[in-house]
Amino acid sequence: MKARLKFTKMGSMRFIGHLDVMRYFQKAFRRAGIQVSYSKGFSPHQIMSFASPLGLGLSSEGEYLDLSLDEEIPKEEFLQRVNTQMNEEISVTDFLYLEEESKSSMAVLAACDYLVYLKPEWSLKPEWTSFFSEEEKRRNAVERFMKKERVEILKKTKRSEKLMDIREYIYLLSEAEEDTGSLQADFTDAGYEPLLFMQLTAGSVVNIKPELVLEAVCMDEGEEYESAAFQIHRLEMYGDLNMKKGEVHTWKSDPVCELVPLSEYGKVVKLSNGIKFRY
Amino acid sequence: MRKLALSDEILLRVEKPARYIGGEINMVKKDPEKVDIRFCMCFPDVYEIGMSHLGIQILYDMFNLREDTWCERVYSPWMDLDRIMREEHIPLFALESQDPVRNFDFLGITLQYEMCYTNILQILDLSGIPLLAKDRTSEDPFVIGGGPCTYNPEPIADFFDIFYIGEGETVYGDLMEVYKAWKKAGGTREDFLKQAAQIPGLYIPQFYEAEYHEDGTLSSFHPVTDGVPERIVKQVQRDMSDTYYPEKPLVPYIKVTQDRVVLEIQRGCIRGCRFCQAGMLYRPVRPRALSFLKQRAKAMLESTGHEEITLSSLSSSDYKELDKLVYWLIEEFQGQGVNISLPSLRIDAFALDVMSRVQDIRKSSLTFAPEAGSQRMRNVINKGLTEEEILKGAMDAFLGGWNRVKLYFMLGLPGETDEDIEAIAVLSDKIAREYYTIPKEERNGKVSIVSSSSIFVPKPFTPFQWAPMVSKEYAVEKRDFLLSKVKSQLNAKSIKYNCHDADVSELEGIFARGDRKLCGVILQAYQEGCIYDAWGEFFKYDIWVKAFQEQGVDMDFYIKRERGEDELFPWDFIDIGVTKRFLLREYLRSKEAVVTPNCREGCSGCGAAVFQCGVCVS
Repeated sequence: MKARLKFTKMGSMRFIGHLDVMRYFQKAFRRAGIQVSYSKGFSPHQIMSFASPLGLGLSSEGEYLDLSLDEEIPKEEFLQRVNTQMNEEISVTDFLYLEEESKSSMAVLAACDYLVYLKPEWSLKPEWTSFFSEEEKRRNAVERFMKKERVEILKKTKRSEKLMDIREYIYLLSEAEEDTGSLQADFTDAGYEPLLFMQLTAGSVVNIKPELVLEAVCMDEGEEYESAAFQIHRLEMYGDLNMKKGEVHTWKSDPVCELVPLSEYGKVVKLSNGIKFRY
Repeated sequence: MRKLALSDEILLRVEKPARYIGGEINMVKKDPEKVDIRFCMCFPDVYEIGMSHLGIQILYDMFNLREDTWCERVYSPWMDLDRIMREEHIPLFALESQDPVRNFDFLGITLQYEMCYTNILQILDLSGIPLLAKDRTSEDPFVIGGGPCTYNPEPIADFFDIFYIGEGETVYGDLMEVYKAWKKAGGTREDFLKQAAQIPGLYIPQFYEAEYHEDGTLSSFHPVTDGVPERIVKQVQRDMSDTYYPEKPLVPYIKVTQDRVVLEIQRGCIRGCRFCQAGMLYRPVRPRALSFLKQRAKAMLESTGHEEITLSSLSSSDYKELDKLVYWLIEEFQGQGVNISLPSLRIDAFALDVMSRVQDIRKSSLTFAPEAGSQRMRNVINKGLTEEEILKGAMDAFLGGWNRVKLYFMLGLPGETDEDIEAIAVLSDKIAREYYTIPKEERNGKVSIVSSSSIFVPKPFTPFQWAPMVSKEYAVEKRDFLLSKVKSQLNAKSIKYNCHDADVSELEGIFARGDRKLCGVILQAYQEGCIYDAWGEFFKYDIWVKAFQEQGVDMDFYIKRERGEDELFPWDFIDIGVTKRFLLREYLRSKEAVVTPNCREGCSGCGAAVFQCGVCVS
């Protein structure tokens, strides 16, 4: 039966690539004695897929993994058994069973939320001056940016480079305020300073990387983008209830996006209270 | 969040940052304040190779069972990080605590192949430990070498404080006790080494001196410190079923070479192939009990979540209960999605049955290691495998649906003639011909034969330790000759031929039977940029040649001459049980192409019986 789990990826696990995270889960399920379904043939493998690979170096509290199980385990028991096998930097925070006909999280992914932090070692660097370090300059920069009609970035592929306007894929860029996720305390304790919040189009058709947006903001302010200064943290991933197959929604779309966290999406979609809509 | 030694910025700049973060499943964490001894275990090659090594997993488990000791690990930083660490003066650190290696009490380096010697110096250098043992102070750890290359430790003697000769399971406990007492009493470095020298199997090179004849051969080798033993006796773990073996091996995050549970079924080998160093070093053969293996297999699969298990030993087919073990593994674990990976087996009905159950016949291949092409040469090397056995095994496999065969040979064996070399091509062809005797409609497509040859390197403690090694020029010439012979065979299109690089083999030959004069050469080569010599893309032959010239050391001396029967070898002070007299007798028999029975057929009196265990007492 189809199931989905949500997990965090923090600390040193930021340096483990997504294929290795998959291997990590496969071995963890075996240690936990979870009966994951296997493909057939001479080299059977566990049936599972990620919603969206997380770039190396990024942290997250909103990663999703779909899997297929041969047994039904109650949610609490599943979380307990799997988390016993996790190291301290990956933990499974949610688990749900999906309708059999529901699409994979990879197929329904429509948007992601990100937080951008300033790394502690950078706020201390005296030689680094940036509009990010001053609250007012930061606020003005964000406002100016969101008023722009076009945001052109140089998109590099293996074969070519071309200009692409990504403005319509940026749903939201704002200063990081209250809603900064459940791991906020871990970050502030370690000296990270929250700077920006972003909500960006994601998925298999168009996928906007947060680094690109951050770079565009810096460029607009006439500043070199210091990638090492920032910790990008994925907060959540969403499906879009109004999206049809193959469509890409933008902030101008009609009807508007109806974003639902993937942890709510594939179940029987009960639009109960407590589901947060940003649009 | 775990504190890492490297900054995010550096970790994102290097290839595979997971090599440096530790934190693997089953990693041991201890409070450094609550242990007396910090031991750092090192495999001087890249993480993926080092993590695949069973010996370190055994010793890691053994040390960490001690409450007073925390054993951690370090591997060679890859070239990208190596450069950054030098530029930014970052000290090398252990994976577990991420603390600098230099702050440890011991640095234990396993020496699995000669071509890692410059990487030893890299480890010491990046750690900030003086490269030469004589320059170390109370601020530095004691550097210990172990593993197969320590059976001739002389070419790297200057870099080590201690060599542990033999199997690690036996006397490390004694050494730790001596260390604790010494630390408490507060003596000098030399005091500790003198006490360590009293422990059987431990060789402290600075207490010995080598003298040479005018022709460069050794005239004497003796202690220069009182109370130090003349001979060092190899350590043997006598009971293989009542000893250390991990139940919770480390599970790396990234894919490593050996990404599976490894079950060592026995140690040693009964065969007595005359080229094989491991076959002599690990005598006598000692099987582990079936019940022990079953228990450990189950525990390790459960604690790691690995999806594959492999059996490890020399000549696995000689493990008497192999069929029982393998059928049990299939029965017990195959249904749970565990892949059973087999070591190279003698191809017989059992092997074919098992292979058909655990592998996809269409994708797997048969492996034979005849080592030599002609029967005469197989007799010279005492490889008890006949052409009839090879052809029959191949035919049985072909009838079972296989159509891919791998063959391993050596070039440059002592007394080799052109006919012996040509026989490699002929044997490859005969196997292909055998395939085509099967009616076309019963065949499974075309046959594919891959024959590989390496250059034979004579090793210490083998009957061929007296033999010359062939020159690079010879190796290249004979490789071309063999290639032309392969091409002229009837089934040439079905046979692919590969050959090993001759430059690397030459250097391996020099180090294998080298002496202390090579320490300076290795030091200079490292200082001029040699590192990761086992990796073709980094091997710098020219720098090595220059280092030999400038240090006034003749390369040919170590490889080109046949050594005299009475010559004193640099490794003769080590007692492996097997006697020099036996090895010489074997060398002389090889010249007559006379075979010697294996240990089960009859005892040949090699000397290993002094250890009173394994096949010698059963």
